[in-house]
Amino acid sequence: MTAPGLSRREFLALSAGGGAALWLSVALPERAAAGGGAALEPNAWLRIDEKGAVTIFLAKAEMGQGVYTAMPLLVAEELEADWRAIQVVQADAHPRFGTMVTGGSSSVRRSFGPLREAGAAARELLVAAAARRWGVPAASCRAAQGAVLHPDTGRRLGYGALVADAAKLPVPAAPALKDPKDWKLLGRRVARLDTPAKTHGRAVFGLDVRVPGMRHAVVARPPVMGGKVVRFDGSKALRVRGVERVVQVPSGVAVVAASTWAAIQGREALDVTFDPGPNGKLDQAAIARILAEAPLLPTPARAEGDVEKALASAARRLEATYELPLLAHATMEPMSCTAHVTRGAVEIWAPTQAPSWAVEPVARALGIAPAKVTLHTTFLGGGFGRRAMPDFVLEAVQVSKAVGGPVQVTWTREDDMRHDFYRPPGRNELRAGLDAAGRLVAWHHRVRTPSARRQIFGGPPPGPGERPDVAEGAADVPYAAGAILVDCAAPELGVPLGFWRSVYSSQNAFPEECFIDEVAAAAGKDPLEFRLALMAPGSRLRAALALAAEKAGWGTPPPAGRARGLACHSSFGSHVAEVAEVSLEKGRLRVHRVTCAVDCGLVVTPDAVEAQIEGAVVYGLSAALRGEITVKDGAVVQGNFDDYEPLRMDEMPAVEVHLVPSAEPPGGVGEPGVPPIAPAVANALFALTGKRHRRLPLRDLG
Amino acid sequence: MARRTLVVNGARHDVDVPPETPLLWVLRDTLGLTGTKFGCGQALCGACTVHLDGEPVRSCQTAVEAAVGKRVTTIEGLAGKEDHPLQAAWAAEEVPQCGYCQSGQLMAAAALLARTPRQTDADIDRAMAGILCRCGTYNRIRRAIKRAAGVTP
Repeated sequence: MTAPGLSRREFLALSAGGGAALWLSVALPERAAAGGGAALEPNAWLRIDEKGAVTIFLAKAEMGQGVYTAMPLLVAEELEADWRAIQVVQADAHPRFGTMVTGGSSSVRRSFGPLREAGAAARELLVAAAARRWGVPAASCRAAQGAVLHPDTGRRLGYGALVADAAKLPVPAAPALKDPKDWKLLGRRVARLDTPAKTHGRAVFGLDVRVPGMRHAVVARPPVMGGKVVRFDGSKALRVRGVERVVQVPSGVAVVAASTWAAIQGREALDVTFDPGPNGKLDQAAIARILAEAPLLPTPARAEGDVEKALASAARRLEATYELPLLAHATMEPMSCTAHVTRGAVEIWAPTQAPSWAVEPVARALGIAPAKVTLHTTFLGGGFGRRAMPDFVLEAVQVSKAVGGPVQVTWTREDDMRHDFYRPPGRNELRAGLDAAGRLVAWHHRVRTPSARRQIFGGPPPGPGERPDVAEGAADVPYAAGAILVDCAAPELGVPLGFWRSVYSSQNAFPEECFIDEVAAAAGKDPLEFRLALMAPGSRLRAALALAAEKAGWGTPPPAGRARGLACHSSFGSHVAEVAEVSLEKGRLRVHRVTCAVDCGLVVTPDAVEAQIEGAVVYGLSAALRGEITVKDGAVVQGNFDDYEPLRMDEMPAVEVHLVPSAEPPGGVGEPGVPPIAPAVANALFALTGKRHRRLPLRDLG
Repeated sequence: MARRTLVVNGARHDVDVPPETPLLWVLRDTLGLTGTKFGCGQALCGACTVHLDGEPVRSCQTAVEAAVGKRVTTIEGLAGKEDHPLQAAWAAEEVPQCGYCQSGQLMAAAALLARTPRQTDADIDRAMAGILCRCGTYNRIRRAIKRAAGVTP
């Protein structure tokens, strides 16, 4: 493939790792067509050259969710391009793409309109150019497979022959979009474009970037958030073969070497003393106290009716406290970034979800204009929200600045696990009231958890009418009750916090969906029937719940020694229900089967949706069964996959995904599969044992 | 410090590194074979799995010295003239998501397939439980192994 605008140095850098490096071609071609040939570039998303070659620019980060295929499909469907002739180029950070952040399960949702319109606009231009050439009405022409046809006369012109004329026409502002029933690519099973590179070891992840002259570095960071380097002595580190420099950077002390291994050995030998700062005494007991004692935010996230009065007059009252731990993201590829600071500019190769959030801090730190920051996004070895944070990008820039050359900073697994932006810990206090007939008359969910958003972005606490982030997934409890109160306490915490796949929905669905199960049991009702009766008729979540239950065989006896539990939750514009089938053998909880029903609106890439739900189930299950980060003396205890061990293949349940046919606009799919799994499993455990477990992970089950 | 000769994917390389250096870093940083991945450095995740004389090993815990005189095969050398049957099966089942663990998954599965052409689920569990995937591709990996082996899922 050709890569116009690619400088020789960039070409070398990315081709060093193998042939497929050019999949990740880096530089954005300049608008004036490179090489002098005519080209059609009606918008930021695509370029068609004189030979008819179609290049689609990917402004999202591929971290497993399939945007590398889904985004080009959106353009190609409307462009009527020949799918086999499409080239995908990962776009560098640039304002022309708007805010470049991949997160919030938003890629297909937010790109569904704009990217189809981008393709449709180009198609209309090409059709108009052909119609003029032939002197026929545009309406008598049609586009297919990279060409414009005039069926009445059998004439045909490839897109390449039309780009010069089409480029002179005004770009249509509101091009016509196809009816979904006419889709040829969307909604079908199209092979993922990144699979061959990933099965041959050719995909270039952050750690695979190779820049000529590049050095390898690791950084010794203070173990406690807010800690500082007091003093260091690099002399022993410098005696390790291959170690070249030991330099202080804002985040710690960097050991720079000829190889990653030498850098790691050098850091082992480094003599460094840290001051833990104000958080040096933080531990599990302190965190529990902070959560329990935090004052409520002045305004509830939701208040309907008088909960206290409803509770006072209820025939039966229940209350329970649910607790959730801190969690690490633990992407398979630890954090890394490669940077080369030069005079007045910087070039960065980063496995980042959020180029737009990295460029500004980097420009500020170097005192240069954002336009002088060139940022190439690589493939991401998992993201899950961790890679939205710019810390690892900024740090590599600081190390490169300190040594004056290109540097790749590698995080070891321990670095990654102990310097994450963690899923916040949560304490949830719930109360409910039932009347004499077993109807739900009061629901109170008190969310106690720090606000990641405020820790990251700052700003005042949410005012009246503003829903705090910590209430996400709790405020929209889908069950009708006489009175509903959802209020929050959001204390500050001396642990770095961030966005963890499905964010607060991952925390709030667990107490909500377990507690409604408790209430159903207290009312003597079946958990499915009790929920369905409280959900709005015709609601999408209700339909998903009914479908999951049906497919799981709810109401039929499970295999001997097993029990089922269910849960449902709406998040990121999609509605997911899951039924878990579990057993308990010698205190070991085993999940055998998970049946999922998903309403995510119109489905653009069905196989990727199924894969994301399967993945979300495993991600949530790893957390539910074993995931826990603990803090001692202000530092994270866990360091590797022995004490923070994700689910392994021999523990993997069968996962079935059933998609609810829908004509609604697309919903998100990366995250909404996570929230229901922990409560579904905990509810199944209750069905099996009659005992409630209100704390994650589900351990000590005896 | 003596130079030592490694045979990787059929090609000979003279490398000058300390003998205790993990094979992983020699492959990645010295030879530029970045298909083999760093995941944990403690043989806990299997992302770095390569073959020594056809046997799967965790290259992050294998000193380069131990690879001298043996045939090292990495993901870059898994395919012959045509794709390895597992690579074709991986594509047919659309296994990879982020893809970072898949080099290790494929190398572990290839060793299993060579040793045990008709595997049971228990064989697959034993061979594959050491290779972590955070994206949740395990069920597809199992299907792909069976597809490559011609075993009915």
